[in-house]
Amino acid sequence: MKLTVKLFAYFRDNRFVAEVKQYPEQATVADIIGDLGIDEKEVGVTMLNSRHCRLDAHPQEGDILAIFPVIGGG
Amino acid sequence: MSDKIFRVNMTELTVSVEEVPQNWAGLGGRGLTSTIVAAEVPPTCHPLGPNNKLVFAPGLLSGTVAANSGRLSAGAKSPLTGTIKEANAGGTSAQLLARCGCKALIIEGQAKADSWYSLAVTPAGVAISEEKELIGKGNYEVVQTLSKRFESKRGVITIGPAGEMKMEAANISVMDPDGNLRSNGRGGLGAVMGSKRVKFISVDPQGGKVTIADPEAFKQANRAFAKALVDNPVSQTLGTYGTNVLVNVINEAGGLPTRNFTSGQFEGHDKISGETMHDLIEERGGVVKHNCHAGCVIQCSQIYNDANKQYKTSGFEYESIWALGADCCVEDLDDIAEADRLMDDLGIDSIETSVAMGVAMEAGVLPFGDGPGVCRILREEVAKGTALGRIIGNGAGSVGRAFGVTRVPVVKNQAIPAYDPRTVKGMAITYATTPMGADHTAGYAVATNILNVGGSVDPLSKDGQVELSRNLQIATAAIDSTGMCLFIAFAALDDPNCLPRLIDLINARFGINLTGDDVTNLGKTILKTERAFNQAAGFNNADDRLPEFFYNEPLPPHNLVVDFTGEEIDSFWNF
Repeated sequence: MKLTVKLFAYFRDNRFVAEVKQYPEQATVADIIGDLGIDEKEVGVTMLNSRHCRLDAHPQEGDILAIFPVIGGG
Repeated sequence: MSDKIFRVNMTELTVSVEEVPQNWAGLGGRGLTSTIVAAEVPPTCHPLGPNNKLVFAPGLLSGTVAANSGRLSAGAKSPLTGTIKEANAGGTSAQLLARCGCKALIIEGQAKADSWYSLAVTPAGVAISEEKELIGKGNYEVVQTLSKRFESKRGVITIGPAGEMKMEAANISVMDPDGNLRSNGRGGLGAVMGSKRVKFISVDPQGGKVTIADPEAFKQANRAFAKALVDNPVSQTLGTYGTNVLVNVINEAGGLPTRNFTSGQFEGHDKISGETMHDLIEERGGVVKHNCHAGCVIQCSQIYNDANKQYKTSGFEYESIWALGADCCVEDLDDIAEADRLMDDLGIDSIETSVAMGVAMEAGVLPFGDGPGVCRILREEVAKGTALGRIIGNGAGSVGRAFGVTRVPVVKNQAIPAYDPRTVKGMAITYATTPMGADHTAGYAVATNILNVGGSVDPLSKDGQVELSRNLQIATAAIDSTGMCLFIAFAALDDPNCLPRLIDLINARFGINLTGDDVTNLGKTILKTERAFNQAAGFNNADDRLPEFFYNEPLPPHNLVVDFTGEEIDSFWNF
């Protein structure tokens, strides 16, 4: 399946801002994070199509997956 | 040095130093300012008249080496909201006031309208002087002139032209360690200071130090407390990207109020994001990590240079960047930085004023996206106090009333900040119920709704939001009373070591035995004290509601409205 993957903050370093990527049909969000070489412990927020999702969620063809490190502000 | 209450009467031009009443002894920061305002200010008084009082209080740990302990609280009845108000800021003055032995500085009465004054705080008390040279001057010129006028390095608390003109969005500025500006931003407290005819306050501890009851326990607790802050991953990204790291995540979640609160996503989000800002700061030789007060270990501030690598602004915050960026649709970070600098210099709240610009854009005063137009209005209208400048300088509600706009994002007449309550539903409860008027810091449900800090509660559902906002508002009132930077809360929410060490610090400072329950009870008491003031000023639960459009205009992309009933909102106060 094809997904748009968006990365934020330091996850962009030596990777990318947003790319369309191909993944196996059964891939979970955690699988994709692992494939990108991101340490799961550093992940703070994941969203599929602007809704929060769990790491065991299964994205669908055409979804937009956003991956953020642990962040805060205000 | 024992702590005292410093009191200034501007009607009589007299000063006094008083013992601290027993029931104020355990209070600092917001806890103390709100307690004093509630005890001494008639709730129905005019906020700009002689019966209002402006109260400054450092935190319980200010003036010590405790990490992140240098926030200064200012309190009064707000001319913007008509409610009780506390606004806090960094800068050097909280630490220096504490070293003067000043537990609170109360400015009451009102000087005659033909003169302006300055106040000089030292361990001996307060001296009042007439001021002529700096009247009408911007805050940058005030701090630069004073750093030459005074031989010793003093703290400076000042108002700009907006405060002198008593605009309802006027703030109070506090000099930071580099001679730049931090702000007690919200609620028009600069207008209260202007109404007293006080242009600036200098603070000189003359070598004074804060006494620590148990220095060894204090040292140990501070080491563990600072470690909890430094080790927290939120602290680390705050240092790297500033608070502006939030633009992209709030946009992604569909909660970034855009084009005067008509969309939850902004097409130009990445151009104004923390990531872009970080790269620009590095390219232009600015400073990525900067502390707004000595002892800060998070360093979320920064120094932002212009394209010619010259200083433009610092303390360039998410809220200001969102308001001018997404809410006004300005995509050029340099235009936003210029406006931010102008607002700092004028001494006007960059949230209120920028949201007011968004309402003015909807009214057709200037087009959406017109960054240079915003700067022109700030320079030529607000700074000069023209009729339009005063309408904008009195805030978003004022612009809405002047131009007949119905989509006016305010609660209790204070502009709603950078999280749309239709898609970050915990914030709907905080905005509606906080005694401060719409204030994101009062109960930052964004942490749990969006950022997965302190657990997670679905931002798109109303389930659990009342309880979440209640717990956060109680905890925040308590943290605000310690005078700590609120950003310690990110560590406190997820690291069980953080808050107990903070309580250890307070106990070691004063030789007392506070418990976690005492601190929670303090938060509850402060909220109830503030609410009682508002009720006596004429507010009731009908004021604890969001503007009508949030209930009937669905917000893209999630197309949700605010769906809390009045009863559900009112249940916030069941504690």
